[in-house]
Amino acid sequence: MHSAALEDVPGTFVVELTAFSGPLDLLLALIRDEEVDIYDIPVARIAEQFLARVNELELDEAADYLEMAARLLRIKAQMLLPRNSDDETWEDPRAELVRRLLEYQQMREVVDVLERLGEGRRNRFARAYLPDQPVPVASSAPLSLSLSMLMSAVDRVLRVAHRPAIHDVVPRALDVDGAMLTVRALLALRSSARWRDVVAADAEPWQVLSALLAILELARSGELTVFQPGPFAPVEINSVAAGQAA
Amino acid sequence: MSPLAKLLEAALFASARPIPTAELGALSPETERGALLAALDELREHYDVSGHGVELADAGGGWQILTRPEYTEAIERAQLAARPQRLSAASLETLAIIAYRQPIGRAEIEEIRGVSVSSMLKSLAERGLVDVVGRGEGLGRPLLYGTTELFLEQFALRHLDELPRADELAIALRPQLKTA
Repeated sequence: MHSAALEDVPGTFVVELTAFSGPLDLLLALIRDEEVDIYDIPVARIAEQFLARVNELELDEAADYLEMAARLLRIKAQMLLPRNSDDETWEDPRAELVRRLLEYQQMREVVDVLERLGEGRRNRFARAYLPDQPVPVASSAPLSLSLSMLMSAVDRVLRVAHRPAIHDVVPRALDVDGAMLTVRALLALRSSARWRDVVAADAEPWQVLSALLAILELARSGELTVFQPGPFAPVEINSVAAGQAA
Repeated sequence: MSPLAKLLEAALFASARPIPTAELGALSPETERGALLAALDELREHYDVSGHGVELADAGGGWQILTRPEYTEAIERAQLAARPQRLSAASLETLAIIAYRQPIGRAEIEEIRGVSVSSMLKSLAERGLVDVVGRGEGLGRPLLYGTTELFLEQFALRHLDELPRADELAIALRPQLKTA
């Protein structure tokens, strides 16, 4: 697995980093190369070398390695904390790492077994050889479903599904001209009117909008003035002609 | 060869996938299991002893006829068949973890391997070597993975039990050093 040549330059190594399948693999290789005891890892030294190699990594594949580097540095810091020699509650900060390394090491032995077995099988062709292809998805298997089960399922779905409410949207043009005639007629009768006089309480939105636009239009052309004595007070609509006549 | 061994040979020749012993039994319902296994043994010996280019293999939950490895290269050179692509070390690590810890979720695999494995799981599932076998109890009900029959077949295993047990693995860096 680690066929990559290690150049024995003091302090640094030149390694094919793709030769490692992960941070634990790299860490194990370092421990092996340094011939240190896995139960008594010189964390400071190993962390330094680990970082040296991670620096050579492409950034996007480095994330997993950086996480391990951070872990090593934390353990290194914990090792530096002073402690009483008779402190029985002290736990070796390296214990968790050692556990993971051993577990990983064990798994690597299984990999060797699988590699050997897989290679043996790879060199034997079966009958009716088919090129590697994705396994057919399970959905292509016939459904084990009776007609009555299918019918009752359809029935259940239909009962739950509500018939969608369909709204008929009828475009209705505003009748501003008509509303202007109404306002003019009203102001011809009485010089002053209120909003409520122009628009009935049960008026539909298009009527309200028509009336509003009509009043604004008449105000703009100077046929009437609009006056609101205070906030939220009823708006007074006054005929200009009437005001001039008065 | 006995008539039963010949019948089995014909059936195995006709099938593209390994045939389980029970299914072979359907070829000759009155035959007992012991006689069936004896006939399979006879066929295997026939291939081994009288010099055949094929052999009888028992893996992935069934029996199948395979070519002998010494002819692989010639067959491949003539482009009559091609070996499947070798799995990467990283894929084998993931497979090994799943084989031993199944059913197992993605987070647990990542914990052991120390790297993210989501795309790897996808490609192993596409090759048919692992599959989702259920959902975990934990947060978010994670998908749990397990190995498939095809995994057994591709690694020449009859059962998962044929993999070395965890306590049989000789760990290079283990107890002797603990005296330190």
